[in-house]
Amino acid sequence: MAAFLLRRLANYAVLAVAATSLAYLLAAVALDPRSNFDDRAPRPPESVVDARLTRLNLNDRTALAVRYGTWAAGVLHGDFGRTWEGRPVNAELWRRLGVSVRLMSPGAVLGSALGILLGAYAAIRQGRAADRFITFGSYLLLAVPVFVLAVLLQIVAAKANDAMGMHLFAWVGETSPGAAYGPFGALGGLADRARHLFLPTVTIAMTQIAFYSRYQRGLMLDVLHADFVRTARAKGLRHRTALLRHGLRTALIPMTTYFAYSFGFLVLGGMFCEQAFGWHGMGEWLVEAVSRGDVNVVAAISCLAACGVLAAGLASDVLHGVLDPRVRSGAAA
Amino acid sequence: MTLLVVRDLTVRYAPGVPAVRGVGFDVGAGEVLGVVGESGSGKTALALAMVGLLPPDARVTGSVRLRGEELVGRSDAELSRIRGRDLAMVFQDPLSALTPVHPVGDQIAEAVRIHSGATWPAARARAVELLDLVGIPGAARRARACPHEFSGGMRQRVMIAMAIANDPVAIVADEPTTALDVTVQAQVLDVLKAAKEATGAAIVLITHDLGVVAGFADRIMVMHAGRAVESGPVEEVYRRPRMPYTIGLLQSLPRMGAAGAARPAPVDGASPEAPAAGGGCAFRPRCPVAVDACGGRDPEPVLVGPSGHTAACVNTEATADPDAVFPLPDAVPRPARPPRRERPVVLEVDGLVRHHPLYRGTLLRRRAGTVHAVDGIGFDVREAETLALVGESGCGKTTALMEILRLARPQRGSVAVLGQDTAALRPARRKALRRDVQVVFQDPFTSLDPRMRVADIIAEPFAAHGLRAPRGRVRELLDLVGLEPAHAGRYPHGLSGGQRQRVGIARALALEPRLLLLDEPVAALDVSVQAGVMDLLEGLRNRLGIAYLFVAHDLAVVHRIADRVAVMYMGRIVEIGSVDEVYGRPAHPYTRALLDAVPLPDPRLERRRRRVPLRGDLPDPTAPPAGCRFRSRCPRYAALGAVDARRCEEHDPMPRPMSTDRESDQWAACHHPLAEAGAGS
Amino acid sequence: MTTGLAARTAPGRPAGTPSPAGPPRLPRRIARSRRAVAGLVLLAALFAVAFAGPLLSRWGWDDTDFTAFRQGPSARHWLGTTQSGRDVLALTLRGTRRSLVIGLSVAVLSTGLAGLVGTVAGFAGGRLDRILMWGTDLLLVVPSFLLVAVLAPLLGGGALVPLLAAVLWMVGARSVRAMTVSLREREYVLAARFLGAGPARVIVRHVLPQLASLLVVDASVNVSVAVVAESGLSYLGFGVRPPDVSLGTLVAAGQGAAPACPWPFAAAAAMLVLIVLAVNLLGDGLRDVLDPEAGPRRGDR
Repeated sequence: MAAFLLRRLANYAVLAVAATSLAYLLAAVALDPRSNFDDRAPRPPESVVDARLTRLNLNDRTALAVRYGTWAAGVLHGDFGRTWEGRPVNAELWRRLGVSVRLMSPGAVLGSALGILLGAYAAIRQGRAADRFITFGSYLLLAVPVFVLAVLLQIVAAKANDAMGMHLFAWVGETSPGAAYGPFGALGGLADRARHLFLPTVTIAMTQIAFYSRYQRGLMLDVLHADFVRTARAKGLRHRTALLRHGLRTALIPMTTYFAYSFGFLVLGGMFCEQAFGWHGMGEWLVEAVSRGDVNVVAAISCLAACGVLAAGLASDVLHGVLDPRVRSGAAA
Repeated sequence: MTLLVVRDLTVRYAPGVPAVRGVGFDVGAGEVLGVVGESGSGKTALALAMVGLLPPDARVTGSVRLRGEELVGRSDAELSRIRGRDLAMVFQDPLSALTPVHPVGDQIAEAVRIHSGATWPAARARAVELLDLVGIPGAARRARACPHEFSGGMRQRVMIAMAIANDPVAIVADEPTTALDVTVQAQVLDVLKAAKEATGAAIVLITHDLGVVAGFADRIMVMHAGRAVESGPVEEVYRRPRMPYTIGLLQSLPRMGAAGAARPAPVDGASPEAPAAGGGCAFRPRCPVAVDACGGRDPEPVLVGPSGHTAACVNTEATADPDAVFPLPDAVPRPARPPRRERPVVLEVDGLVRHHPLYRGTLLRRRAGTVHAVDGIGFDVREAETLALVGESGCGKTTALMEILRLARPQRGSVAVLGQDTAALRPARRKALRRDVQVVFQDPFTSLDPRMRVADIIAEPFAAHGLRAPRGRVRELLDLVGLEPAHAGRYPHGLSGGQRQRVGIARALALEPRLLLLDEPVAALDVSVQAGVMDLLEGLRNRLGIAYLFVAHDLAVVHRIADRVAVMYMGRIVEIGSVDEVYGRPAHPYTRALLDAVPLPDPRLERRRRRVPLRGDLPDPTAPPAGCRFRSRCPRYAALGAVDARRCEEHDPMPRPMSTDRESDQWAACHHPLAEAGAGS
Repeated sequence: MTTGLAARTAPGRPAGTPSPAGPPRLPRRIARSRRAVAGLVLLAALFAVAFAGPLLSRWGWDDTDFTAFRQGPSARHWLGTTQSGRDVLALTLRGTRRSLVIGLSVAVLSTGLAGLVGTVAGFAGGRLDRILMWGTDLLLVVPSFLLVAVLAPLLGGGALVPLLAAVLWMVGARSVRAMTVSLREREYVLAARFLGAGPARVIVRHVLPQLASLLVVDASVNVSVAVVAESGLSYLGFGVRPPDVSLGTLVAAGQGAAPACPWPFAAAAAMLVLIVLAVNLLGDGLRDVLDPEAGPRRGDR
């Protein structure tokens, strides 16, 4: 048993290594950090530029294979190299990861849970007003790109602030400077963080709700007329109870597969959110790094993203196993 | 005491097509009413209407009274207090009817808790009791298993346990044994019988199988196009059916007990989906004794015999003699051919093996073992002869057929078609040989490309071989299989099941093959349609001299069409021989058990039969028992002394002739065959 | 980008039994799907506006009106002007054209690639199948944003379409492969093989017609994914580059001033939403019509 799990993990590890290497090589070939010096006035002498680039393992005059070797050796020791500014990538990576996770997780959790509930509810009320409203809403939301949604919410929040005559909603950055040192101390700091988190959370939650409710509705419609729901009713359960206890529980299983898919969706959404709300997370960093030709940062973020996608895949497999006894006991051939 | 009274029950789906029209009946305590009908007759809608589980767009009128309490028109909340407590239901497909994610014990316990308010531990204890009652070995342990860990028969036992959890007043069972093999069906019917005795419930048994009703029901109600066309005591209706449709159903059944000569009578056409509005008797278009008065309005049931035997027919004078309505056709004379031994061999199979790896688990896919799907079988088929491969699901009969069809080198053993060893064929030769070997599949709904017209489907074999279909050949083929020229332009979904199967047969015959492989060709069809397709196959064989390899699970069908029969169990042929010998004097205990388990559509014969039901389920196909594979279920092995039993445990029996008679070719793979005493007679 | 990847295939759902979608008369069946019709009408209207609109406007998208900076709607500029005095309507129509063209061409390319890889892998089986699917997985794991963002500037503006196609085909390929594998085992395909039909005939007569519907649906979904992906990249500054415009760059340019001056942002955003909505409607409608097993259930059109 453990051997099979190991083989699976090994396959994932190979995929992650291949993906990260590919990303590194691509970035190393395509990006041009040297051009950053072009618009420096005065342009530093060539030798200085070379020395600086070599120190960062970014010198395009070093053979690609050598650069890759240096980088890979570092990565094997858990060191992703240095950023353009010369700071270690690792430290910044973890800091930025923290920011991104803080930004996305409330919206993701809230959105998927609400989405599943709304989808199931819409399916139960199929064809009625509630269903039409939810279906139409999710349709419309799915058609609104995250960056448009974020800006729309900001406009609404600005109008609200104006109307109330106070600065209730905030949407730039993670905190307001000095909030934690106000009259309410740490509590004020927390409230300030919550205030800044509100709009990004709503943005992410809305996209997640649109996605999950749509799929959960479809899955729930599948079991609405399932034989086992009918059996549960034949035992004496009320229609709605039968649907919740037997239908929803079963309809959740295929959702685990969507979970892995939606992860990529979420990460990209987060990237746009960081951009729109001015959070200094991974997404913003990646955009900067690509513009600046910061190969080490790009490779590190790619590695993390690849691991994230694979971890989501693994998590969805495990979740599937937890929810579905047919997988757990391994009897489904 | 009459417990369940149904009066004038009508079910109408949204567009206004009535699925059930004015049906009424009574069922008393401990009484079983068998409701019989073909697909589309409205019998399932009737069942769901009684328990109030029809989809919301259905409209129900009339009355269903349980112990005097009216059920029609009650709210879901009120009905849910009655359902599962006083009125229980057993559904057809026990795999989809049980929630896949909850342990079966909990599912039964839930039924207990809903109505009694028992605590979970108490309800679970009761669930184990119930599982024990329906004969699930190791009930306490198995209660924690999920539905997919049970076999079909065991799942149906779970369903029955759930139904009787609260000692119901009445049980409605909708096709409870349809998805099961005959030997398992017999077991489940026994459980249902025991359940009836334990609860004293009134049972409504809905089925298409007249044999099941004959053995199990006290009264019968025949449904056609949503109406009850005939009802009465089982024996009376089977002996003196008076409604032409009932007569047709009974006459169209292949019977194993009957003398071999008579063939079942085909009833033309399919059950109409919706009866013509205000058009009188719905059976009129297919009825041989229809008169003008049939066209007026739906005929009312009239008393035609004792004990409330009624038939809804205006022309009951004409139906006193069933044979006059649907005469049993005479046996088609088989053209004189040289004796079997002198005819050329069309197909020769020797030591054929097909094993395939079994993987388990979706998360952690691993090889769990090898399924010995076909494990060394041998037989031959000669010109103009039909060999039937019979056995229960999973015995390897279809795998064997597919292996032959591949015309490639088998894993082990050899297949020779028309004298050519398939292992040695070059691709061009193999393609040429395909002209002589054709196939008809089981499911006429999936074996025809939905995007092709009938004419193109029938002409495809020509195109596949780079030929042009000769002019008029498609018409000729349509005619040959009893279809109209107008059918050529239709798509498969515009045809009935029987018509589709005829198209499949026409396609197979297009290139005039010499060997036709038939994989359960009538299993998906209603009985009255089956008879017509069987007639067609029989006639074609006699006229064209084609050899058939006929794979089937239905022993009655096989009895009718086959010359020789091979009985398979777990990848092996356990018995092979001429139909008369194998059916008349089965040598292998498994053959005996199979024949015993087939319910006979005759109440008197069926109830007189003494049968030893097979125990248990099929063993794990990856780990067959050592020695004889049938040992674990064999009633004969169970009765053997230690010395004789050891042979079964240690030696895998090989097929050997059962008789020294030169004319006999009955072989069986058994150390202690049943009929050996009679050898040489 | 993986944006919306999940919006297409139902990975847990096997391709199942053959659809009864037999007879052609496709236009009529499409006409019965309210969603497909709504999507088609909306899409046609968008095309008409985007391509015919500029003929009616006297402002070109690259014209600058030095008399009007950052103005609201007026008779002269129906949707106002931007900070630099360009006509918002003309810009938006230009962006819509770009988005529509990019969306369609990316969809055709990526669905073609998905069909090719999927059928080859599904039919070949064995080692080739495993290699192709491993490569597909690899591309799913590499951040696709990175691929496009890094390579697009290097390869020049024209590379955007093939690049987007190159990162959008993977999920489609997986479902095409799954469908091909299941089609291979369908009884009527088996029947054709046992009749003696060669592989080419089996593919052309029996498999492709079934796959066609899947591919059409895949392509329609790809259009909306491509439109969002392109505008997203442009929004971040990696797609269409100035001075050219796309809906993404317009949204990015307009968002800062949006609370005070909503027109440039609102026009571009509305167009973007309408395009995606139209294509999603069309795609879902087509799925209902062509592939009754997948997608939303009965009573849903």
